[in-house]
Amino acid sequence: MFADLFATIKVEDIVEATKETFYMTIIALIGTFILGILLGLLLFLTNKGGLWENKWVNFITATFVNVFRAIPFIILILLLFPFTDFLVGTIRGPNAALPALIIGAAPFYGRLVEIALREVDKGVIEAAKAMGAKTRTIIFKVLLPEAMPALISGLTVTAIALIGYTAMAGAIGSGGLGSYAYYSGFQRRDFDIVLLCSVIIVLIVFLFQFIGDYITRKLDKR
Amino acid sequence: MISIEGLRKVFTANKTETTAVDDVTLSIKQGDIFGVIGYSGAGKSTFVRLLNRLEEPTGGKIFIRNQEITALKKNELRLARQDIGMVFQHFNLLWSRTVKENIAFPLEIAGVEKEERNQRVQSLIDLVGLSGKEATYPSQLSGGQKQRVGIARALANKPSVLLCDEATSALDPETTNSILDLLVDINQQLGLTIILITHEMRVIRKICNQVAVMENGKVVEHGNVLDVFAHPKTDVTKKFVQQLMGDAEAENEFEHLVHTFENGKLIRLHFVGETTNDALISKLVKAYDIDISILQGKITRTQAGAYGTLFIQMTGEELEITKAIQHVTEKTSVELEVIRGVR
Ligand SMILES: Nc1ncnc2c1ncn2[C@@H]1O[C@H](COP(=O)(O)OP(=O)(O)OP(=O)(O)O)[C@@H](O)[C@H]1O
Ligand SMILES: [Mg+2]
Repeated sequence: MFADLFATIKVEDIVEATKETFYMTIIALIGTFILGILLGLLLFLTNKGGLWENKWVNFITATFVNVFRAIPFIILILLLFPFTDFLVGTIRGPNAALPALIIGAAPFYGRLVEIALREVDKGVIEAAKAMGAKTRTIIFKVLLPEAMPALISGLTVTAIALIGYTAMAGAIGSGGLGSYAYYSGFQRRDFDIVLLCSVIIVLIVFLFQFIGDYITRKLDKR
Repeated sequence: MISIEGLRKVFTANKTETTAVDDVTLSIKQGDIFGVIGYSGAGKSTFVRLLNRLEEPTGGKIFIRNQEITALKKNELRLARQDIGMVFQHFNLLWSRTVKENIAFPLEIAGVEKEERNQRVQSLIDLVGLSGKEATYPSQLSGGQKQRVGIARALANKPSVLLCDEATSALDPETTNSILDLLVDINQQLGLTIILITHEMRVIRKICNQVAVMENGKVVEHGNVLDVFAHPKTDVTKKFVQQLMGDAEAENEFEHLVHTFENGKLIRLHFVGETTNDALISKLVKAYDIDISILQGKITRTQAGAYGTLFIQMTGEELEITKAIQHVTEKTSVELEVIRGVR
């Protein structure tokens, strides 16, 4: 009966779709990490009382972050079609999903980074200043290492949101489990496929959560 | 060594101005342990933070080793700060680094080579008595141990000045004592100047040789610890002295003595400095034909000698008593006051 239920599913297709989902999530996560850290640092450092206090830069960064966080992801993809086409040369396939994934997730992660940096003990930053540290040293040797557990747990949350985004991107042709569920499953009334894709996505989410929690715990020496 | 001229700091918050440090002029000698005492809000923290410009002065000048700190540009200030160690009330250690890595941090900032860095870190760990804790993270240390790391870190770049803002206020009395002993050790071994902020008189008593009393941003009294203790001029200072001595000197206390001890002379001896251990009482008894009973008193040790008050009763021949009194007033630095003559 079990074999009957999944009779129409080709294993290679599932494996291929899962690979694509992993590919999109991981590459987008790396991009999000870099861009998010930059945005978060910029928000934190240019804020009032910050090391690079600058009202205008702070305002512009905050506006960018707020605007891109406000746009629903599915609309963001459509909005970015011209940009994606220009950058990647196509609007289909896993690579074409990356710009939208990164631009959709980085502002969200940037806010989490800002919050994490704000949690760093002011006294420690002051101690570093009193030792004669340069701003660069304070960023790389104090702020980022001290905030690392929060940065990683924020990244875990972001990764899970990203997995959701890849599935949405799938619905408009990026490939991955979302595409497979939508085109091969839903549109052909083959709900076994939808079910199976759901299970795999849940497992991937659990995997990321597990890894994220593990690293956070390892890093946290407080 | 350090000279401070007309130092001022005005904070403006919500359109109200607070003068946290008000026209402070002081000079501090090389090798001094200089205490700054005052109640909460007196401006002590602001004062030390001005010295390494963690807070920008509103006015005035600061010279440390003939370098005008207040005139330095950003980069020069960073270098100057490496010569000024700072110890904090809440330690401010990096929790993500081990003891060893925390102490190495200022050396990394100063660009010290790895090999020399390791050597210096190790000798600092030995100096502050944390051998065996090299690879421990701060969260696994006690408050006293954390402060030892804080002190080692502050000393790493061989500074000529050490600033301590309430370095012992988060510690229990016993741990406080051990940290204060460490500071004295460092002061003697390395000859560096220490500026120490506190609201506790016993900290001043235990290790400082100079003291400044702050109130409302102003230094209301300063000088040698014993002088300031012995002749407090302002009400704040008197209160601080009382904190240390209890109310032993309150008027009604010896009222009561006068009534209880009816014969002989009642005398108050005020010890200021080195003479306490001179066996004054036994000398007097041996040299003159009198008896002395100690009625009440309190003597405390400071870095510069003893300080305190002793109430005694002298009985015997009037002449002998007079001679004994003369001996005290002429041959020692103990201040003597006859509260009541012979009946
Ligand atoms: N950043 C600031 N902005 C505005 N006012 C400040 C600031 N820092 C200190 N003050 C004010 O300056 C005054 C002196 O504060 P300071 O912290 O120097 O006192 P303190 O003597 O160290 O007190 P405590 O013993 O409580 O630490 C206080 O009235 C305080 O409110
Ligand atoms: Mg203070």
